[in-house]
Amino acid sequence: MSDLISPSAASVLIQASYFVAAFLFIIGLKRMSSPRTARGGILWAGAGMLVATVVTFAWPGMQNYVLMLAGIGVGGVLAWITGKRVAMTDMPQMIALYNGMGGGAAAAIAAVELYKGGEHPLALYVLAVLGGLIGAVSFSGSLIAFAKLQGLIKRSIRYGGQQVVNLVILVGTLAVGALIIFNHDAGATAVTLFFLLALALGLLMTLPIGGADMPVVISLYNALTGLAVAFEGFVLNNAAMIIAGTVVGAAGTLLTQLMARAMNRSLGNVLFSGFGETAAAGGGEVQGSMKPIEASDAAVMMAFAQKAIVVPGYGMAVAQAQHKIWELAQQLQSRGVKVKFAIHPVAGRMPGHMNVLLAEAGVPYDLIHDLEEINAEFDTADVALIIGANDVVNPAARSDRSSPIFGMPILNADKAKNVIVIKRGQGTGFSGIENALFYLDQTRMLYGDGQAVAGQLVHAVKSV
Amino acid sequence: MIDGFIALYIFMLAAFTGYEVIARVPVILHTPLMSGSNFVHGIVLVGAMVALGRATTPVGQVIGFIGVVLAAGNAVGGYVVTERMLEMFKASGERKP
Repeated sequence: MSDLISPSAASVLIQASYFVAAFLFIIGLKRMSSPRTARGGILWAGAGMLVATVVTFAWPGMQNYVLMLAGIGVGGVLAWITGKRVAMTDMPQMIALYNGMGGGAAAAIAAVELYKGGEHPLALYVLAVLGGLIGAVSFSGSLIAFAKLQGLIKRSIRYGGQQVVNLVILVGTLAVGALIIFNHDAGATAVTLFFLLALALGLLMTLPIGGADMPVVISLYNALTGLAVAFEGFVLNNAAMIIAGTVVGAAGTLLTQLMARAMNRSLGNVLFSGFGETAAAGGGEVQGSMKPIEASDAAVMMAFAQKAIVVPGYGMAVAQAQHKIWELAQQLQSRGVKVKFAIHPVAGRMPGHMNVLLAEAGVPYDLIHDLEEINAEFDTADVALIIGANDVVNPAARSDRSSPIFGMPILNADKAKNVIVIKRGQGTGFSGIENALFYLDQTRMLYGDGQAVAGQLVHAVKSV
Repeated sequence: MIDGFIALYIFMLAAFTGYEVIARVPVILHTPLMSGSNFVHGIVLVGAMVALGRATTPVGQVIGFIGVVLAAGNAVGGYVVTERMLEMFKASGERKP
């Protein structure tokens, strides 16, 4: 407490600025939670960050200013360049990467303080160790998430007894952590061992999780980094870090829960079951056959529809088809067709991933609807156009108890009078489950690369 | 260190704030918001600066430097990608320039 009300002018300036920064962060996040004010929100938060960073140079009794400026320069410039260059489709892994860096920074703070050692209150050691553990796990885990989404790691690595191994490492990490907490002279070796174990834990925890589950995992690590930052904020007696870190920790936890719920799975199930890629075995036999259609016929069908609903999925992102799809939608609109976009909460590799891509293409957000809003409307739609989506429109989730995705909320595309599915080939989706929708009587398959097919559709609709 | 119970109060109130601020967010903003909250914990930069500033041993300086680099990456990268994403959200009325 004494530090908070310290009479020194620099201290007052710093604490006042941190107060302003914390205030701006909360206002910024609040504004970011509504589409109309979202663009302003990041500017508020950005101003808070700038103020807090600049006044920190006035922190009393510091040295190493050259290193500090060099570090900010190196990290800032690299992040600026990569952040400006990254394609919208690759956003999830970039967020994972930047988030991992934050976790790593929290772990680094813990490491500096723990290597220093000395006599401090017990609670301070506990928080430093916990923050270090969480930060290190978030760091190495996020790097694996990045590598998986970037395609650097293609397979999910699993072996027998994997969870036992992870548990042993967790217990070992905690034991070394306890040693550091209760024996302040445990020495550098113990601290080094602690961080190596924590890094290994994040690595091994994330390796077996499939790519389809990565949105939940990235969101979880985002929340964890927030918590680690808050803990290290207590250690450094830094109110801005405590408040910002805790707010992000709580908000991130809620966001993670929302996402896991949208996939009808518990968080534990995501982390420990390895569902993401292995559940191919489940699901009953599907009756019927897939019926192909040509782009010209599909165009006629859509051009004379009253209402069409577009359901995009990760395949649209891979094919970079969002611009062509919007062009197609505009063509249809000019012919009087009512066009809406239906987004499943977990379509893509991140919650709202599809919204971002459609927004990039210029689709106004009032045409984009989420599951609860639009599901009743499929009954009245003449055409449902599925592009690159699969599991999120599989009616087996409603009807087939043996299906691994049974119970997951889906978009009821099968209720539309006609269904057109743009798909690269005849294979199954990310989960490896056969999709009953593709075999329905009113469904037609339009095979090909999403962007090329959408281009053909645009031309065909023009000439109808 | 901020006194025990004061710290707990701050922690509790901030946690409720975070929860409430996000509670009614539409799905359309999930990704930008995740990115935005990712930027906000970039405040770890000020902690990394202090940790480096008070480091006296070479080990402390090296780890502190790494911490500052990583934290600056978190803050700057988080800001740039969030800003880029939100820049694209427009209603029917306002067209892209």
